[in-house]
Amino acid sequence: MIDIIATYAAALSLLVGSGFVLVGAIGLLKFNDSMTRLHAPTKVGTVGIGMLLLGSMIDTFISGDTSIHELLIMAFLFVTAPISAHFIAKVNIHRRACDTPPAPPRDSTWSTLDSPEGESQ
Amino acid sequence: MTRAYRWLLPHPLLTLILAVVWVLLQNDITAGMVVFGIILGVVIPWMTSVWWPDTPKGFRLGKMVSYSLMVMWDIMVANVQVAWIVISVPNAKLKPAWIVIPLELRQPEAITVLAGTITLTPGTVSADLSDEGHSLLVHVLHTDDPDGVRDEIKTRYERRLLEIFV
Repeated sequence: MIDIIATYAAALSLLVGSGFVLVGAIGLLKFNDSMTRLHAPTKVGTVGIGMLLLGSMIDTFISGDTSIHELLIMAFLFVTAPISAHFIAKVNIHRRACDTPPAPPRDSTWSTLDSPEGESQ
Repeated sequence: MTRAYRWLLPHPLLTLILAVVWVLLQNDITAGMVVFGIILGVVIPWMTSVWWPDTPKGFRLGKMVSYSLMVMWDIMVANVQVAWIVISVPNAKLKPAWIVIPLELRQPEAITVLAGTITLTPGTVSADLSDEGHSLLVHVLHTDDPDGVRDEIKTRYERRLLEIFV
């Protein structure tokens, strides 16, 4: 009985996860501006891959060969995803591929645009 | 005594995390692996302390755990919202916006956690920090009320982080 429930739970999380990954891919294709494009895969991907890993964990748990590596994969993914998104955003600001951001209220400029004198933008 | 402790364990929490990650990597708990994990947890922070000289002083682990659980819940909810925006809102009607968040947090570790939280929560990406670190630039995918998003980030995340990093 528990086997059947777990199999369905694993299948359900695989389906939900792949659904989110699919939406992320659609967003990447659909949006027409590089800043908005950044939103779809970095976001929807975290839960999408999280659900796929949950399915993998449930499956290894019922087959008696419990694996906890998935928790680590999720942790590393959540720690590293913001860094890559941050770098893509910085590249967009550098290439003027997006609207110019408003100036910061208390400081002179954004650190990405803060280039030394004489260096070309 | 305190100085010897500081010298040996510059980042006690990092030591704990490294040991736990090592044991999880093995997928199996044996005494030898726990001991080796603790050795790694002592040696790695000691060797890398040159690049991370300032230890965050007050760090409330309990509040950090409840903060993480709240962020996970927000990620789940906001993922469904962003998926819905991706599917239903046509490009012409999309209202992306830059918002500027004035920061009250001063510690680099705290600002990093806030920026990571903003990026992981779907619909917002933290893009840049001002040159003196007083404000954070955030890109929003679709909003009618940029000031509301800014206030929500400040009250929901930054206020809690101010309590965690004291």
